[in-house]
Amino acid sequence: MNLHRVRHIVGNYVFVLPALLLFLIFSIYPFYKVFQLSITDWDGISPQLNYIGLANFIDLFTDNPVFWHSMRNAFYVTFLALTVQNFLALGLALLCDRDIKGGNVYRVIFYLPPVLSGIVVGLIWNWIYDGNYGLLNHFLAFIGLEDLSRAWLADSRTALIAVSIIHMWKGFGWGFVILLAGLQSIPRELYEAARVDGANAWVMFRHVTVPLMIPVFILVSILTILGTMQVFDIIIATTGGGPGYHTEVPITRIVSTMIGSSKFGYACAMGVVFGLILLAISMVQIKASKMMRQV
Amino acid sequence: MHSFKKFYELTLLRRFAAIFVLTAMFFAGCAPAQQSHGKTVITVWHWMSDREEAFLELARRYQEQTGIEVRFELYAPSEAYAQRVKASAQTNKLPDVFGILGEKRDFASFIKSGYVANLTEAMNAPEASGGTWRESLFPRALSVNEFLNGNEHGVPFGIYGAPLDVMTIQMVYNRELYRQAGLDPDSPPRTWAEFMAHCEALKQKGIPRFVSGFGEIWLIDALASNFAMNIMGEQKVFDTYAGKVPYTDPDWVRTLALFKEMTDAKVFVDGAVTMVNKTAEQTFANSRAAYAFNGSWCVNVYAGMNPTLDYAPMLPPLVNETNPPRIWGGAGSSLVVNGRSAHVEEAIKFLRWFTAESQQAYLCEKTLNLPSNAKSLGQIPPVLAQFADDMDHVTHPSLYPVNELPAVIEAFDKGIQSIMIGEKSPEQVAEEVQRVKEKEMKKQG
Repeated sequence: MNLHRVRHIVGNYVFVLPALLLFLIFSIYPFYKVFQLSITDWDGISPQLNYIGLANFIDLFTDNPVFWHSMRNAFYVTFLALTVQNFLALGLALLCDRDIKGGNVYRVIFYLPPVLSGIVVGLIWNWIYDGNYGLLNHFLAFIGLEDLSRAWLADSRTALIAVSIIHMWKGFGWGFVILLAGLQSIPRELYEAARVDGANAWVMFRHVTVPLMIPVFILVSILTILGTMQVFDIIIATTGGGPGYHTEVPITRIVSTMIGSSKFGYACAMGVVFGLILLAISMVQIKASKMMRQV
Repeated sequence: MHSFKKFYELTLLRRFAAIFVLTAMFFAGCAPAQQSHGKTVITVWHWMSDREEAFLELARRYQEQTGIEVRFELYAPSEAYAQRVKASAQTNKLPDVFGILGEKRDFASFIKSGYVANLTEAMNAPEASGGTWRESLFPRALSVNEFLNGNEHGVPFGIYGAPLDVMTIQMVYNRELYRQAGLDPDSPPRTWAEFMAHCEALKQKGIPRFVSGFGEIWLIDALASNFAMNIMGEQKVFDTYAGKVPYTDPDWVRTLALFKEMTDAKVFVDGAVTMVNKTAEQTFANSRAAYAFNGSWCVNVYAGMNPTLDYAPMLPPLVNETNPPRIWGGAGSSLVVNGRSAHVEEAIKFLRWFTAESQQAYLCEKTLNLPSNAKSLGQIPPVLAQFADDMDHVTHPSLYPVNELPAVIEAFDKGIQSIMIGEKSPEQVAEEVQRVKEKEMKKQG
């Protein structure tokens, strides 16, 4: 390889260098640092670190039922988001994909909740769910279902589902936009050809739309899982993780361990475990999507 | 496109140099701005959004008097502020003056890490007007910032902060709703039996009873520890924290049972168990509850929400008349001087001025908080004076000889939430808390 060729290759790598540096500094280094802190008993302030090996991880796996309960809550919300939220997003995207009157207005309206701050959304829904003067209870009384009235966020039977509904309301707009973009990228000729062959709407959906939308479904579901598992702001603005531990999720546990209990090292261990779980879920999903594409 | 072409035509070495310079410029842009320009600027971080205007006015006056600029920087809400202070300590980016939110253990960590200057010498130095800085401040407010010899945190003896105000956390009742229920508005309940009887009278008239931001679990902790200290006395509570008395002791079960009693009698406003305190304050200010459990800062909050609200403070009802009532209180908010600041002396001088009589009187007038300077007390509004009357009953975890472990506090407070939603019995919660206590004590060795 002559000098000119070497210079050419090195010259090209120079272009990659800034991005690589940014990735190393803002992604790899923080992850390394979090792992380093996870094997200490650091309180978040003192200058020296005491290394305690894997004690934080051992305690987390053997003696922290609240963290695993919070993980279960997060999976519950994620399951609802994956199903209800994404089906709603798909349904609305299919409707808006048709040339309906005022389609652009609907697009704007559906996209409004995701751009609102989670805290603002939480406060709005606090008012809706209020046990004494809430809109929902007023509505129930209006339609004669007063017996169902309750403080929705303070009742252990309804708190988690109530929080899940807020999350889904705030989140479905993202899926809607991505799914609509996916639907609009499908060539119209395919539908016309199917129609000529006598296909009805359901057959076209099943044999044209769904196969071509699989990459979009995968993208939306990965984003939904990652976004929902890390839900935090809505919980803080509505229940604070209560009543009891009924709406605790991993991030609220990590924050309260870090800030409330000043166990920074332990919170980092929780962060590492939680991060690895998310990574594993994403990898399984990508693998499954590859298999689906082959089918 | 033209620029790209020109860039590609540069020699390899020059390309490296250009990228290096650009990267350096990028990171230089990320660095915080320096603030020198030859004159002293004192930066103060705080979280008290309701006092921002008054602080800025005092900063203006200070600059007028001394020529030293004081920059107040507000970071709210308090949770975000607490995170910011901790993160800044980790990167040594704390300002000249700041407040520490959290438990005494956190305060101690900041001191041991050198982020807090010892103010003892300045506090005891004689002032030109006679007396000392220390003598001008309420001892109870000061003691929150004080570490005694041989303290459990291993911090050297000294005073490490200056209180801006004093506060009590206690109950308030709505006098107008009392009238509506046919109760005497000048006779709030003194004992537990009276309290439950008054709640029943209010219930008969369809008046919602008791609200507080129990979604913020420290409020549960405050109320429960008031009851506990009244039922069993302070020493037994401290003995429990020290691990000598179990939470399954009948007195603790009785403390927890009070919450069950209130729940069963529907004393709590619907949703209080997850309510944030701001919502609870709105509920009480709008006469949608007859009682609230809140801090004396509520005077300012209620004045903003409903200036005509007719209410008065009261002590939590006595369960055991042989023990004195105890409520949390002392320093409401304090500021400390950054021990690593380049302007330690100037910052101390500013804090001394800030807590002096006329500045405290101004703060009290504008923000309706009890002043930390005893000399300013003569100028406070009547309702605040009623809160001040209860200062004799004040205690605070910062003053306890021994503190409970955070995991145990959380289990205790969350357990009370579980009682309030009817999920667990007081006995169950007591057993669970004791289990957490034993586990945590084992970890502590």
